[in-house]
Amino acid sequence: MPDYGWPKAEDRTLIGKRITRVDAPLKVSGQAKYTYDTHRPGMLYGKIVRSPYPKSKIVSIDTSAAEKMPGVKAVHIIQKVGSTIHWAGDEVVAVAAVDERVAEDAARAVVIKYQQLPFFVSDAEPPAGAAETPGPLSYDDLADMADNQLPDPQIVSQVQQYGITFKPDADSAKSMKDDGFSESVIKAVAGATVHPGADSKPKSNFQKAAAQTIGDPDKTFSEAEVVSEGLYGIAAITHCCLESHGSISEWPEADKLFVHMSTQNVSGIAGQMAEPLKMPAANIRVHQDHIGGGFGSKFGPDRWGIATAEISKKAGGKPVRIMLERDSELEVAGMRPSAFARVKLAARKDGTLTGWQSQSWGTGGPGGGGMPPIPYVLAIPNQRKEHTAIRTNQGPARAWRAPSHPQAAALTMCAFEDMAAKLNMDPVEFFLKNIELAKPRQGIYSEELGIAADLMGWKQKWQPRGKNRSGNVARGLGLSMHTWGGRGHNSDCDLTIHPDGSVEIKMGSQDLGTGTRTCILIVAADSLGIPMDQIKLLIGDSSYPVSGGSGGSTTIGGVSSSTRRAAVDARDALFAKVAPALSVQPDQLESVGGTVRVKGDSSHTLSWKEACSKIGAMPITARGKNPDRAKPPDLTNSGVGGVQMAEVQVDTDTGIVEVKKMVAVQDCGLVIDLKTAESQVYGALIMGVSYALFEEKIMDPVTGRMLNPNMEFYRLAGLNDIPELVVHMMTGKGYDERGVIGLGEPPVVSPGAAISNAVANALGVRVPFIPLTPDRVLEALNNQDTKKAGA
Amino acid sequence: MYDDEDDPKHPDNGHERSGVSRRDFLKISGIAAAVPVVVGTPTVMAADTKLPVHGPGKVPMEFNINGKSYKAELEPRVTLLDALRDQFELTGSKRVCDRGECGACTVFLDGKLVYSCSTLAIAAQSRPILTVESITTEGKLHPVQQAFVENDASQCGFCTPGFVVACKAMLDQIPSPTPDEIRHHMSGNLCRCGTYEGIRKAIAQVAQKGA
Repeated sequence: MPDYGWPKAEDRTLIGKRITRVDAPLKVSGQAKYTYDTHRPGMLYGKIVRSPYPKSKIVSIDTSAAEKMPGVKAVHIIQKVGSTIHWAGDEVVAVAAVDERVAEDAARAVVIKYQQLPFFVSDAEPPAGAAETPGPLSYDDLADMADNQLPDPQIVSQVQQYGITFKPDADSAKSMKDDGFSESVIKAVAGATVHPGADSKPKSNFQKAAAQTIGDPDKTFSEAEVVSEGLYGIAAITHCCLESHGSISEWPEADKLFVHMSTQNVSGIAGQMAEPLKMPAANIRVHQDHIGGGFGSKFGPDRWGIATAEISKKAGGKPVRIMLERDSELEVAGMRPSAFARVKLAARKDGTLTGWQSQSWGTGGPGGGGMPPIPYVLAIPNQRKEHTAIRTNQGPARAWRAPSHPQAAALTMCAFEDMAAKLNMDPVEFFLKNIELAKPRQGIYSEELGIAADLMGWKQKWQPRGKNRSGNVARGLGLSMHTWGGRGHNSDCDLTIHPDGSVEIKMGSQDLGTGTRTCILIVAADSLGIPMDQIKLLIGDSSYPVSGGSGGSTTIGGVSSSTRRAAVDARDALFAKVAPALSVQPDQLESVGGTVRVKGDSSHTLSWKEACSKIGAMPITARGKNPDRAKPPDLTNSGVGGVQMAEVQVDTDTGIVEVKKMVAVQDCGLVIDLKTAESQVYGALIMGVSYALFEEKIMDPVTGRMLNPNMEFYRLAGLNDIPELVVHMMTGKGYDERGVIGLGEPPVVSPGAAISNAVANALGVRVPFIPLTPDRVLEALNNQDTKKAGA
Repeated sequence: MYDDEDDPKHPDNGHERSGVSRRDFLKISGIAAAVPVVVGTPTVMAADTKLPVHGPGKVPMEFNINGKSYKAELEPRVTLLDALRDQFELTGSKRVCDRGECGACTVFLDGKLVYSCSTLAIAAQSRPILTVESITTEGKLHPVQQAFVENDASQCGFCTPGFVVACKAMLDQIPSPTPDEIRHHMSGNLCRCGTYEGIRKAIAQVAQKGA
């Protein structure tokens, strides 16, 4: 069994150092090619006609005028007459033409008539008692779920939980297959409990989604020394990838599809396109060099991606490019579910938390969504939780960097800070008092809290709520903690050493801008003892060995582990060929500094090139494969902790919040590249400032459409909004030996809660909902004044 | 302030004889200067001047991009950004918001920064256009680009070319910008991954060393 273990700290020449991103020169010079930049020979341009209504039935579609327009090469109906539309902006028809302007004209010439249906886009607090327990599912319910692009495992779990209203038979199985249901759903339906004749009345918009009781909350609250209550929430936001979703499809042969796609999931797209296109996945090749942002929203081909392939076929197989317009990108291609809660906390006078009670709600679009993991980080012994999922026509939710965690942090950490304020405790002391509830990471959090407090100057700056105010300027500090799993995914890696000394790596992975390319090369180069630029790295193509999608912070563990394995195996195979030339056993060799030499004997040294010339005619290829996920990981690990602190200044006249400083202290096990790792954390803090202060998907209750699907009114933070940022990575003893753990998600979890807490500390009153926009700040201040006047 | 904005102090009081408003006239004349009159081009009278009308079909156009001459037949409604990207495959300038909000399409036109998504190609004819592709010379990165690389000022990289162009423009003008000047000059570009920290460090590095 070869020793794959990470090199000892003193032997690492690249791992854990500050290495510059390898593809940065391409990006700064405009040479990096994204899907949106790709031009294929004879390429046509596609546009999509979208429903202007949030809920409607398609009554008629007339494409005749569009078809007759000069330059139009194909028209494709995506959702046929009779289909139900569940959100504004949903795809109905695609057109392809010789250039983009003609395609736009053609899209405008398509006439679609809709029957408008009642819709619901509000995620305001559900009326008391409105939430219904979901009943058995009708065939239409299942079809709606599929239309709503609910992931298969969720459909399966609902089928298993609630049963169905119809008797599954060969006919229903066939129609399910025709309607594009996956095998797993069809199988679940075949085995489901049947409730014949169950009421098939329209489902309520308010669905009881979760109810859980732990310990004895009633006794805890009746005996509580201190109880704190509050209302908290965080609005739905969008992903707003700068490169919008989209793809280029072409058919080089009648049964072979070649797709360029902006995707986080190069190896996983063909399998998702095969079923709707009714063709073998093996005949679909997917390629991507660079991606302009994904953040969790680009794992599937999407309905428009399938339509692109279909319209390309109709246009004789010619390449067709369809990239979403900015408004569609914001309306339909990404949403982080909202979450709100009324929270009640019980504690002893010394600050020890004893009880949690919450009524939460939120929307994840038509599917409703689930309850975030609350209470977050601290496992309070007595809990009662109820959650109402609101089914809305806002458009489907997608995983947004650290799914459900920023919401959980906002609901939990803000309630904790309110309790600390009620107890007149410094929040740092309050969290330390309860740190045992953060098992098993209490040690990490304690250490991080201390470091963060030092970096923030917490002791010198912190004052009780509302006490740091001069004139209309209020200042405050806040903190939040977070966690994430981040275990590496499966990621096969082929590493080839050629007889001329050149080295090549192939992996069906992708670099989202996190530094994946750089990290793969660092691991390979450190393992082989050669410079990074001597290795050719090929990623971003489905013809390379299968690698997992880049989501959930699983990539760095996945690719570093399999690259290490491939490199060690290939190196050992090289040693076996070289050993006779140096008259030693292979295990006496090492490869260091561009040489292969006998350990501890510098007189027996070959250059890397000389050593590789002993390979013979055929190159050495080793496949690195990560261990079965059922077994504990060896080179990687799971589970991190992070602490963040924010310092804000609020103008109490205008309600404008300015973040002055943020501190992030983060562990992620063994860091492969400190430079790009820190960039992940800086980026997360910046994204956090953005969603804490500005971002909100605002729905118009009258039209049911998003009011701000552009970058003027859907505001992202600009350079001017960014405070002093301090990032501290926990590395060295106690951290490195845990192995590699993902980093993308965790640091984006806390900023909203930390900033909200700082604002509460500054103002002396909680601004309940994030983003902390001036109107919300002023409303909270007004309510505070009214309360004072009334008291 | 853009030169085709109406002056609020002097609201447009009626139309010229041709039916072309003063606002339209300003636009037309801007284009007229850049588009040669070809025999047979339809004309319209505006402010006692005979003006050519281009389009709606394709019109021959000629550009000076990065010191080279480019020709194409384009509809007058095509933006400079789309001409650069889809006609000449100069894809360093990115299409993101497509309405002058994010700065990913920033280029130099007549030595000044413009959003190429909000500039018509037809109006950019015969005027020197410099894109991000011009900043790297003979494969050597410009000091601004080098500073972006060293300070990890790109993640996904989609906003990066726009920022590079905007930073270069600022540092060409103001070699050692104050924090306020940096705020002002960088306010026209947006990033989603959160690379502002690297960009700030890159600017500081170039400001110190000189470009």
